[in-house]
Amino acid sequence: MNNHEVSRTTRLSTAAMIVLAGILIVMAAAPWWAGRADLRLFGEIFLYLSLASLWNLLAGYAGLVSVGQQAYVGFGGYVLFALTMLAGISPLAALPIVMVLGGLIAVPVAALLFRLRGAYFAIGTWVMAEVFRLSAAQITVMGGGSGTSLPASIVKSMADGRSAREALAYWLALGVAVLVLGTVYLFLRSRQGVALMALRDNELAAKSLGIDIWRSKFVVYVVTGALTTLVGALIFMQKLRISPDAAFSTNDWTAFVIFIVVIGGIGTVEGPIIGTLVYFALRETLADLGSVYLIALGAVAILIMLKAPRGLWGLIRGTRGIELFPLSRRVRATTNKDT
Amino acid sequence: MDWINATIQGTLLGGLYALFAAGLSLIFGIMRLVNIAHGDLIVLSAYLALTVTMAIGVHPFLALVFVVPAMAVLGYALQRTVLNRTMGDDLLPPLLVTFGFSVIIQNALQIGYTADPQKLKAGAIETASLSIGPITVGVLPLLVFIAAIVVIGALQWMFYKTALGRAFRATSDLQDIAQLMGLNRAHVFGLAMGLSLAVTALAGVFLGIRTSFDPAAGGSRLIFGFEAVIIGGLGNIWGTLAGGVILGVAQTLGAKLNPGFQVLAGHIVFLLILAVRPRGLFPRMD
Amino acid sequence: MSETILSISGLDAGYGDFQALYRVDLSVNAGEVVAVIGANGAGKTTLMRSVSGLIKTAPETVVWQNQGIGALRADQIAAKGIALVPEGRQLFKSLSVEENLIIGGQLGRKGPWNLRRIYDLFPILEERRDVPATSLSGGQQQMVAIGRALMSNPDLLLMDEISLGLAPVIIKSIYDALPGIVGEGLAAIVVEQDIAKALSVSSRVYCLQEGRVSLTGASHDISREAISRAYFGV
Repeated sequence: MNNHEVSRTTRLSTAAMIVLAGILIVMAAAPWWAGRADLRLFGEIFLYLSLASLWNLLAGYAGLVSVGQQAYVGFGGYVLFALTMLAGISPLAALPIVMVLGGLIAVPVAALLFRLRGAYFAIGTWVMAEVFRLSAAQITVMGGGSGTSLPASIVKSMADGRSAREALAYWLALGVAVLVLGTVYLFLRSRQGVALMALRDNELAAKSLGIDIWRSKFVVYVVTGALTTLVGALIFMQKLRISPDAAFSTNDWTAFVIFIVVIGGIGTVEGPIIGTLVYFALRETLADLGSVYLIALGAVAILIMLKAPRGLWGLIRGTRGIELFPLSRRVRATTNKDT
Repeated sequence: MDWINATIQGTLLGGLYALFAAGLSLIFGIMRLVNIAHGDLIVLSAYLALTVTMAIGVHPFLALVFVVPAMAVLGYALQRTVLNRTMGDDLLPPLLVTFGFSVIIQNALQIGYTADPQKLKAGAIETASLSIGPITVGVLPLLVFIAAIVVIGALQWMFYKTALGRAFRATSDLQDIAQLMGLNRAHVFGLAMGLSLAVTALAGVFLGIRTSFDPAAGGSRLIFGFEAVIIGGLGNIWGTLAGGVILGVAQTLGAKLNPGFQVLAGHIVFLLILAVRPRGLFPRMD
Repeated sequence: MSETILSISGLDAGYGDFQALYRVDLSVNAGEVVAVIGANGAGKTTLMRSVSGLIKTAPETVVWQNQGIGALRADQIAAKGIALVPEGRQLFKSLSVEENLIIGGQLGRKGPWNLRRIYDLFPILEERRDVPATSLSGGQQQMVAIGRALMSNPDLLLMDEISLGLAPVIIKSIYDALPGIVGEGLAAIVVEQDIAKALSVSSRVYCLQEGRVSLTGASHDISREAISRAYFGV
């Protein structure tokens, strides 16, 4: 007689987890083997990977297409600067506070924006980001429209010496990437995550699961807001300088992020990872082209949306349903041993 | 008196915002498409007019003769070749594709015209004004406001009284059944986008005469148009004019308090209305 | 016997992964009324949607006046003279009664039908010409749907469950109007669950069962037993 076993893991996903753990160990040791420029680049890659995974959770899974996540990136940067410069809190201690404040501000924002449906929600998020940017420009203690720099005393207090500081910034970036990917993955495996995926595929099915969809989306928006704020704080901790235009830049924190996710494969955990690698590979070779590079990125994203809506990962994955991060359960027949 | 003047300026500015909104509202009503590149297309129209006025030395108003049909053709072509492929139940593809266009247009304009602000020069009309007692009204803003009323009235007439409007309404109601009536949906959508961009062209030229513009100016124009639509209420085109006026007045009064508050005041009024009346002031659509 | 205007052969059709029709053969002669009967889910509506172009099929499986139309769009097929009265009426809610009729005739095909004649056929519609079409009663809406299809002056009229959800007295008045509609050389396919109605208006009948043609014959000499076997598969 045959038994059936329901499981998520496949041989491939187990292998992928082992490889991932290996990569993580190697990358954690990067300050000892990589040069300064490379370390900085790796840090940036991890921060973009985090932003992309968060946006993917929001748009690809919860159906909340935001073009205003720069609101949280900039908010994170500004709150970090304010807490360290005005309240005298050390940058490291400030990070968890920044994240909590990001989550708190996301609550009223979501309450307002969730009144807008579908595509109008997207533009609403943009308005909100503009409100944040224009408000930041009115704060005179933070330098108003021209912004401010983190004072040298605060920078020095983070760690002894420049290389230690750079290593710290790098580890924080790596840490936040792990935190974000872990959160996204665990959320998608939770009951609410399953409900959201069901909703994406079939609204009726999700309703029959008896989960309050509005609440699930609300939770996703707030958690994404909190984590995006944390990433924003790290971005500007590395930059050491902030201004409203840089902090709330639509291009840097939303356009690139959307392109990364669309190119990699929206609605898959693997997509943002592939997209980030492709994006940085392209940037390192073509960034000198400036505007042309952006036009090319936009054109590629449009083509992918039209021809392969599940992105590069969708093409790789094909119809075989490969998952490195297993989300779907599989039913497998097992030969009986003990029955 | 200053406050009354500011309110009148704001009202007239609202006409321009209603023009930004009209094209957006038209295509949303007919095909539920929200065009993220709408603002960039407004700015593109202004640059097109700039090129025409410089190349053959005509007044910007005369450039409309070229810019309006050019944008209409562009809209039809864009819809037929690309956007129609994204239409369906999933809202991500049209949103992300138009977002891609937004980035492409902005950067192409930057390459073609640099990032320096430009302006369309319309001559004496720019500074001409009418005085009614203690109140002074600029001729140009008044003209733009009247144009907005005419355009909205014409759109309303087209939508409810012509065969084209009937086709738009039928397609918006039931796409499949409209197809059975001999209406090719792809063509009807193309016409809708063409008409939307024709209005956009007009808005772009007025924008270029009233203020300076640069390749990155599109985002705010999309947002102002969108705010006018939501304040006025979905599906009500006269409501959109009212929404534009409310936004314009909020901005000029905000600017009077503090120049840095101009745009922020508009956004705040928008958010307040969203909080109190989420369906806008004069909603008509479900 | 008059010439065949519509000939369907080996039609497979469905939605996405779901196949609703398997190798269906059906033909209609000029001026003839053909009935298609079958239980819920037998594939009747899919058949109507395939003929009218709302579902695309292989080009040569649907041949209309000697031309394969399976791959054409619905608007192109409408222009060739096939009109559908869709299941559930499906009137345009933003259009008035009269606008619904006018849009039906906007292809401008020549023929006997115009606004005047539709109003003569269904006088109540003239009285209510300016109200939104979906504010009418079910029976009146069905009249608009039939009028809308006739306005295109079709050579073939497809009627999908026109009695569905209507009171018997209304159904009777609509079917009483039918001879005045198909009497002028217009061919029709009448899809019905009401077998008696279907047989009374048609010269030939096809019965569908689970996507396949289970019975075909002349309407007046087909036996009740054969129909119930073909209908329920028992």
